Amino acid sequence: MTDADATSPPDRRAVEDFVFREARLADEHEYAAWLRLWTDDGIYWVPAADADVAKMSVIHDNHHRLTTRISQLETGRRYAQAPPSRLRRVVSNLELVGRVGGDGPNAGDWVVAANFVLVEVRRHHKTTWAGRVTYHLRPVDLRPVEEPDDGGFRMSYKEVDLVDRECDLPTLAFLI
Amino acid sequence: MTTIDYRALIEPQRVHGSLYTDPAIFADELERIWYRSWVYVGHESEVPEPDDFVLKHIGPQELIMTRAADGALHLLSNRCTHRGNAVCVQRSGRAASFRCPYHGWNFRNTGALLGVPHPEGYGGRRGPDPATLGLAHVARMDVHEGFVFASLAADGPTLRDHLDGAADELSRLARLSPEGALQLTTGWLRHRARANWKFLVENETDGYHPQFVHGSIFRVAGSGIGELYGERSAAVTRAFENGHSENDLRPEFGRIGRPLAWFGTTEDRVPGYVSAMRDRHGDDADRLLTEGAPHVMVFPNLFIAEISIFVIQPVAVDQTVQHVTSVQFAGAPDLNARMLQQCVGSVGPAGLLLADDAEMYERNQAGVAQRRPEWIDTRRGIARERVDERGYRVGAANDETAIRGFWRHYLRTMTSPAGPANGSPDGSTAVEVPLVHNP
Repeated sequence: MTDADATSPPDRRAVEDFVFREARLADEHEYAAWLRLWTDDGIYWVPAADADVAKMSVIHDNHHRLTTRISQLETGRRYAQAPPSRLRRVVSNLELVGRVGGDGPNAGDWVVAANFVLVEVRRHHKTTWAGRVTYHLRPVDLRPVEEPDDGGFRMSYKEVDLVDRECDLPTLAFLI
Repeated sequence: MTTIDYRALIEPQRVHGSLYTDPAIFADELERIWYRSWVYVGHESEVPEPDDFVLKHIGPQELIMTRAADGALHLLSNRCTHRGNAVCVQRSGRAASFRCPYHGWNFRNTGALLGVPHPEGYGGRRGPDPATLGLAHVARMDVHEGFVFASLAADGPTLRDHLDGAADELSRLARLSPEGALQLTTGWLRHRARANWKFLVENETDGYHPQFVHGSIFRVAGSGIGELYGERSAAVTRAFENGHSENDLRPEFGRIGRPLAWFGTTEDRVPGYVSAMRDRHGDDADRLLTEGAPHVMVFPNLFIAEISIFVIQPVAVDQTVQHVTSVQFAGAPDLNARMLQQCVGSVGPAGLLLADDAEMYERNQAGVAQRRPEWIDTRRGIARERVDERGYRVGAANDETAIRGFWRHYLRTMTSPAGPANGSPDGSTAVEVPLVHNP
């Protein structure tokens, strides 16, 4: 990485490539490939009514728990996703918001936000999910050529703020 | 009046599938169980200061739990006495009074009508008689270890009589706080399932399912929970009176013999908590820390699973919302942080455990819509059930003793002419099953 890479805003198209790929891997239950999009210090957060990490959350995973979640899905006996939901999501209204401040491990990561609408079909029921998703993207060195192109980022943070987080929610066992 | 013959639907070893699907039975349950029995509503620690309030519910009925200026708790119907509008639309907050947005009627957080705009229209300068137009209170309210229960019936057993042996389990949980008190401060998840509420209740202390439904997470997380319910487990399933039940895991945790093994951790991870418990309980601390927290279902809607507190809310014959929060102890910040993280990982819509439970409730509900074979089998362990030294029926860790206890009380309640019946300690019920005395 050069200094210019670290300070100038990332190419919007590269960001979109990453975000769209992340969405597709989640939709298609490509668990191992999706997990590789994360940094080792990643945080995956789906707030509940209070939107406070010191309170109950729908999901609040560090990398260790995220790995457990993926491993459970991969057993094929995570019954809430066996058989898996059919999923398609649209991610839009994407904005490059800025960079993570402070001097924490995420400092300097690029903040990207977007809206999403997702349709889930499971056991003949159709559910619409929607909300605001915020990513922290960390530029990384390009992967070896044999790995698929992922835009040169890893996620250090993904927050999914559901529009109905104050309501009763049905089971949400897929990767949102 | 109902003409449902519950005695024909509930037998000692099986119950009829229509109990989960018949809207007339659901309507009858609301009247006889939810609007008459003691039902868990909320915890005192959710409204710690005067003028705090939080919205709660008994089935489809919405209640405002308030703490008035004098510190007293009130459970009020969220319905203006004028034209029925909701006087409160905020989940929680602080308010000395609630003003109805429709015509401005104003109620103190005790429920008392403070005043109405333009009182002359009611025939005098003071407006309508405030004594008859306050917000409706629940008929009875009582508290045990900070757990607030309500009954919408003026008469019936006392809360203490209703809770029976489950009262000690709630006390056992509170004793695990270095200050002897719970603090439910972490908010709630609300998980909706397309299933009848009884499938949730029966599942809570069913020790037969964890090895199967939760085998995936036990395996990848290296958890020993499945073995607690295995065929070699020394744990027991216990049916208290009045439909309450527990999975008593103390024999297994006692066998392991290590403080905090019940929470899957060790003393060095939570040193502040352990030392605070030793300061309070002295030589007894090791026993308390080894035996751990209860796993108890309080009929009809409060379930405590060691570190998580669930409240079951029926909303339709095939729709139930399960509310859940983390156990938090006064005076235990280090343990509390770990319990919250563990609870968040386990429960709710995405929980590594509860999402799979909900999947099972929903598949059960779809299953009982199939008309054959009509019945659900509840006989597991009936031949090895015994009566313990306190007179309660106990079965093996994975027996259906709790499920049968639930249905005995349900049958009494649904067939009692005058409100919820209280069980007698000798276990005499409308449904007699053979017992093996082996205290």
